[in-house]
Formats: sequence, structure tokens, C-alpha cells
Amino acid sequence: MSEQTTTSSAARPPADSGNAGSGSIVKRILGGSAGRNAGLVIALILLVIIGGATSGDSFLSLNNLLTVLRLASIIGVISIGMTFVIISGGIDLSVGSVLGLTSVVATLAAVQTAATSFWPLMVIIALAVGVFAGIINGVVIAYGNVVAFMATLAMLVAARGVAEILSKRSTQIVNNNEFGDIFGGDLIGVPVLIWMFVLVAVAGWILLNRTTFGRRTVAIGGNREAARLAGINVKRHTVYLYALAGLTAGIAGIMMLGRTTAGTSTHGTLYELDAIAAVVVGGTLLVGGRGSIVGTVLGVLIFATLTNVFTQNNLDTSVQAVAKGLIIVIAVLLQQRFASRGRAH
Amino acid sequence: MINVDHSPPLLEVRGVRKAFAGVQALDGVNISIAPGEVHCVLGQNGAGKSTLIKTLAGVHLPDEGEIIWQGEPVTISSPTQALSLGIATMYQELDVVDGLTIAENIFLGHELSLGGLLNVREATKRTRDLLRRLGHGDLSPGREVGTLSPANKQIVAMARALSRDIKLIVMDEPSAVLDSEEVKNLFRVVRELTASGIAVVYISHRLAEIREIGDRISVIKDGRSMASGLDAQTMETAELIKLMTGRAVANVFPPARPIAADAAELLVVDNLSVKGVFAPVSFTVRAGEILGLAGLVGSGRSEILEAVYGARKATTGTVKLGGTVLKRGSVRDAVHNGMGLSPEERKSQGLLLDEPIYRNVTLSAFARFGRFTFLNEKSERSTARAQLESLELRPADPDRAARTLSGGNQQKILLARWLVHGTRVLLLDEPTRGVDVGARAEIYGLIRELAAAGTAIIVVSSEIEEVLGLADRVLVIADGEVLTEVPANQIDEPGVLDLVMKGSAA
Repeated sequence: MSEQTTTSSAARPPADSGNAGSGSIVKRILGGSAGRNAGLVIALILLVIIGGATSGDSFLSLNNLLTVLRLASIIGVISIGMTFVIISGGIDLSVGSVLGLTSVVATLAAVQTAATSFWPLMVIIALAVGVFAGIINGVVIAYGNVVAFMATLAMLVAARGVAEILSKRSTQIVNNNEFGDIFGGDLIGVPVLIWMFVLVAVAGWILLNRTTFGRRTVAIGGNREAARLAGINVKRHTVYLYALAGLTAGIAGIMMLGRTTAGTSTHGTLYELDAIAAVVVGGTLLVGGRGSIVGTVLGVLIFATLTNVFTQNNLDTSVQAVAKGLIIVIAVLLQQRFASRGRAH
Repeated sequence: MINVDHSPPLLEVRGVRKAFAGVQALDGVNISIAPGEVHCVLGQNGAGKSTLIKTLAGVHLPDEGEIIWQGEPVTISSPTQALSLGIATMYQELDVVDGLTIAENIFLGHELSLGGLLNVREATKRTRDLLRRLGHGDLSPGREVGTLSPANKQIVAMARALSRDIKLIVMDEPSAVLDSEEVKNLFRVVRELTASGIAVVYISHRLAEIREIGDRISVIKDGRSMASGLDAQTMETAELIKLMTGRAVANVFPPARPIAADAAELLVVDNLSVKGVFAPVSFTVRAGEILGLAGLVGSGRSEILEAVYGARKATTGTVKLGGTVLKRGSVRDAVHNGMGLSPEERKSQGLLLDEPIYRNVTLSAFARFGRFTFLNEKSERSTARAQLESLELRPADPDRAARTLSGGNQQKILLARWLVHGTRVLLLDEPTRGVDVGARAEIYGLIRELAAAGTAIIVVSSEIEEVLGLADRVLVIADGEVLTEVPANQIDEPGVLDLVMKGSAA
């Protein structure tokens, strides 16, 4: 996380760069991206303390920890793809229903073809369906000049519809035991789903902070016109970004199959909103140009922990929804304050 | 200084200072405005005129200094408050709402109501009266503003100002979007306003206009008042320019160097046109040569540059760079083959303002850094630093956010970007907009040095003098057509303007 300080220090407040030396150290730290992450860590620790105080041992047990992470992992993977899209100044509302579609297509393929005995084909099909949906999103947005919100809203509706048609609204059971064993199982005592989330997050961090792909994404979100005039092919890059979001939806679809051993068109309903919430709470600006993978991961963990604390205390899910809403508003308010500090006028 | 104060001032600005993120935009401005006068504010781009206007309009609060309105010190903390005092502002980028009708725009924010419901009939009637007063009784109050020409949008903005009880109206370059007939109407309206006791603060670059309409002139430079209350009729032009720039402008440009007779034609533009924007143009630029495009705003000069670069898709013609025909409408292809553009709007089109300098510098070239597509930030930083040092950008700190730099240094970042990329053909659109005079000379020197090193350069500027001073050869453009091509030392500013006027008339 200390790496994060040097690599994504997008807008430093002027105090940081030597002139106009006003503002306390605390403010300076909180104004930086590391500071925002520190704030999230503090929020997470507070939640853990609350959980520990109210539910004691059952909350703090290793078993419960793994449950929280396992719950977080599917939304988490989607959120990583979403982070890239939002940093570029876009939005992808379709990831949840694309997840559902990938789960349906992959299981149907397994039921109706030889893939029953060959699980990697299911994986490949799920990923291909996700990427394909993402490419359609990207092409419509970049070359059709359709606002991302509308293009992906259309995909949200359409993908769900296709999934319903294909599955005839019935749940398809995964009858490949190997698939279930692998994705529903553990590796070194930790569920495979969690490993997958960790892998996707690390790959996402490298992609964002260490490659030209990530730099271009930030540039396009920060100043689209400047990026275009600097020679970046903005349209093509946009297609890649939505394909990436689709890919993460495909990965999440596989994970969902692993967890539930069934494919259905209702998988992933409203996941897009959870993912967007996690990304924004994690400090990524909705207008684009700035964001962090570490922040997104923390955002995902905060929501998952919150859910767990409420469940452990047998509290109503409606109360939980209100708490989630409050967290989102507070996070966005804080974000705006830091943003205006960085921009001065 | 000539003092023509007869009546107590309507508005006095005393020692106003304002800084943004370490940049001192206003650094001691003093202006006194009498009722019923046309007070012109002169200053170069970046002198602080916009900040001054926004301070009067309640958009910015001054850090220091006083604003005295009708003898009382006031704090103008919001646009609403400015309006209630009686100060209206017409911005250059006309702030009318396209989707609303003329009448709805005029009464936006102070809608007429009758028992809680909008009184449309009264609003329509008053709008008609206002438009008639402004000499545009032909406009229907129910017409949607989005369908109007810029000149008519300006009339709407003015009507909106007059719909309130105002005593001072600030006009930011109102003539910029108008043709000569419309300017006459504008002046007629201004005279009518001043006759009824309303004061006008008039911002313009055009000295001829200022002489015609202005009563007094105040000059600001680098956010400071250089002179105020000068007589608009009798003040010498040369003296005004000296006040604005702080020096006589003649010596700013570095001497041109002869171009080798065998220098290759690096850029060959053949029959290039964009339908409805500019007619087919053909020209070449040799290695080491600077070609200038001279013409007024809207003549098509920037559009030609954009079409050469591929940022605007050409309808006909080809662009050849070092023998390679560039793909039409592909910036990427142009950049890949060694072309670079420093765009007109540096902030909105050129820079990632919140990103550190080095990322701005390496934006076009970063595929060269690190293995495969992985970045090596260390080498990025050191490359950027070396380039910044050679451009004498101080401090050469690659980690500073681009936003915190002055206009001149931001321009250097863009030059550095293309130098790092290894550009052979450099297109410069308004290279010194918002750059102060001292830094200008430095930028001019750098451009000349680049040419001397073998780069082919095209310069576009709204300042004809700049084009003539920098370029070896000049294309004079009006209404999307090239009128003539001449060596820069064989034409002067009046000569260019003469051609442009004749060309437009034809």
C-alpha cells in the first residue's frame, strides 16, 4: 500500500508540491490517495471492532472471516473491472446481468455438449460470453457515440432477456463434479473463490499502475481530448475497457457457478450497483481520471463486513440497506471535499 | 494620467488581490468607474481580466483589497448578490440555456409569477419590449435559444442583464462573435445604455473599437494595474501597447535563419479540404522551416491544422510526412509517423492537469519506456527531467501537478512531450495564449531552435504579429480559403489585414 503513495498520487494539493504551505499534516495526508485508503482502513477496523463487540467469538473466528471474504469475492472481481471503466470516465451497468448470462450459457453448454466431461470448456465459454458482451458495449459507446449509461443499461436488460430465453427461466444444474470440486473447493485451507479475487485484484493493480494500458485509462478519464490529441486511440481503448469489464463479469459468472453449482438468469441481479458503490467508496472519482484498485478492494471489504455484522446480530436486511446508503453518501461527500482541495478553484 | 472624474465613482476597486493554487491572478488592481461611462479594460491574455470580471460578478472573492459600490464598501459573495447590487455580467462564453426560450432565459432566476404560477404573458410582453430596445424586435420571445446565432444569443444575454434594475454592465469581449454590422448595433445599444446613466465595463483586444466606443481606459498586466482612467480618444497606441506588454514588441522574435536549399520537404499537404469548413489547400513545409497561418478567428486556420493532424477528418486530399501518406482522420497515425500538435486550448485539449508533469511529458511516447507495455516510472521521470531542464523549465520537478504551473511552463510541457516523442513535424496552435511577455520571448526562442535542429513547424496564432515574427513563410487565410502565400518578411500586419478584408468582401 505504500507503493500506492508514489504511483497514483494524482492531484496533490498545492501544499504538497512546495508552495502555499498551509494546512495541517493530517489534512495533507488525508488529501493524498494513501490518506483516502488509510481512511478506509480505519472504517474497516471500526466495523471489525463493532462486530467483535456485538457478536464476539463467532464474528472473529477464522471461519467467519473466510465467509466474509468468500461473500466479497464475486462482487470484488466485478468491482475491479468496474474500477477501470469508471476511471476512464465511463460506467458499466450491465455487469450483473452479463454475469447471469455467462452462468446460463456455460451450464447449458455443459448440459448439452461434451463439455459435461470437460470443465475448462465451461470456463472458456463463460469468459468468451462476458468479453463478447463487453465488446458490444464498447463498440456501441465508442463508435456509436452512445452515452455509456444508456448503452450498458440496454445491455443490462437485453443480457437478462437472452439468459431467460436460453434457460427457459429454469435453473440449470452444473452436473460436472470436477467443476464443482475446483471452484467450490479450497486451496491451502482457503476457498478458491477468494484466491480468484486476490489474483484478479493483483492483476488489476499491476495493469492500472504499471502498464501503458492503465496510464492510458487514467489519461482518457482525466482529459479525453488531450489523450486523443496526444495520439491515443481513445475509441479502441474504450472497447478494451468494456471488454475488460465483461471479462471480469465472466470470471464472476464462473465463481457464481462454483458457489451455487447452478446457472440461472437471476444470478448477479443488482450486482452492478454494489460494484459501483464499492468503487466509489474506494475513492475512484465518478467523473474519471483518478482511482485506485486498493481503494476498491477496501470498499468491497467494508460492504461485505457490514453485511456480516448485521447478519451476525440477526438484524433486518432493510436496516442494513439504510446503513449502506449512509456509507455511500458519506464517502462521496468526503471525496468531493478532497477533490475540491486538490483543484483549488 | 488624465483625470476626467466629475461625478463620484459608481464603483471603485482598490488594491484587489486574488491567488489560485499559488498563481497570483490579481496582484493589486485599482479601477474607478463613473456612472454612464464606457470604461475599457485592456490587457493581454492571462493579464487577469477574466478574474477581475468574475470578482465583480461575485464568482470569486478577493483575497485582499476593497470593492466600493456607490460609496459603500461591499463584499460581493455570490452572483445573485452582484445582480441585486446592480452589476450584470455578459461572459464571453455566453451563459444562456439553449433548451429554453428567449423569454425563459431572460427571466431565469427571477421568473415573473402570478399567484405562484408563471406569468408567461407578462414575461413575453416584457421580453418583446427589451428586444425592441436592443434593436431586435424581429426575434420572437418564444423562440428556443439553441436555434439562435451567437450574435443573437448575445442579444439575449444583454436583454437578461437589462431585465433587472442594473447600474453597471460588464461585457467580456462582446464583439468577438459579431460581424461589423452587428458591432454597429452593439455600439448603438451601448450608447443608449450610457445615455440612461448605466456604466459599461468593456473588455476588448481591438484598439479601434475601444477608440470608437470607450470613454476611459484602464490597463492591467500580470494582474496589476498599470494605468487607470486614461483618455480613450487621445492616448497613443504605442503607449498603450507598452503598458500592456511592458516592452516594445519589436525585439521579441529571434532572427530567422536561412533554410538550406536542399532541405527536404518533410510535410506535403495536397488538395486538403474539409467540406463546409475550408476549401482545398496545398502547401509544403521543409525541414527547418516555420510556416505561419495568418487569419482572423473563424477563418479556418485552426481547422486546417486539425485536418493535417487527423483530428478532423478531411473530405479530400492527402497529407504526406516524409514520403508516407497519412491515414485520413487518424491522429494515431500522424503521431506514429512523427507529427505532434500543441492544441489551441492548452488546458482542455493538451494537458492532464491533475497528473504530474512527467506523465504529461511521456503521454505520447510511453510505449518506448519499459519492456513490453510495462512502464518504468524511474526512466520516465528522468527523461522528463532532462527534457524540462533543456527547456529551462524551473523548477524541473517532474512530480508537480501540471495545474500548478504558469501558462508559459505548461506550454513547455507540451513542447517537451513532442521532443521526447521525437517529433519531426510540429503543429503549434496559439503557442503563446495565456503566456506572459517574458515567457513568450523564451517560447519563441525555443521554437526557432527546434526549427534550426531540423523540425518542420506550422504556427497558427490570432496575433498576426506573432505569425509574421516567427514564420519564414506565411499563408494568409480568410473564410476557409488561402488568399496568398508570401515570405514573412515581405508582408506586415496592415498588409495581412488588408488582404483579409478584401478576401472576405470578395
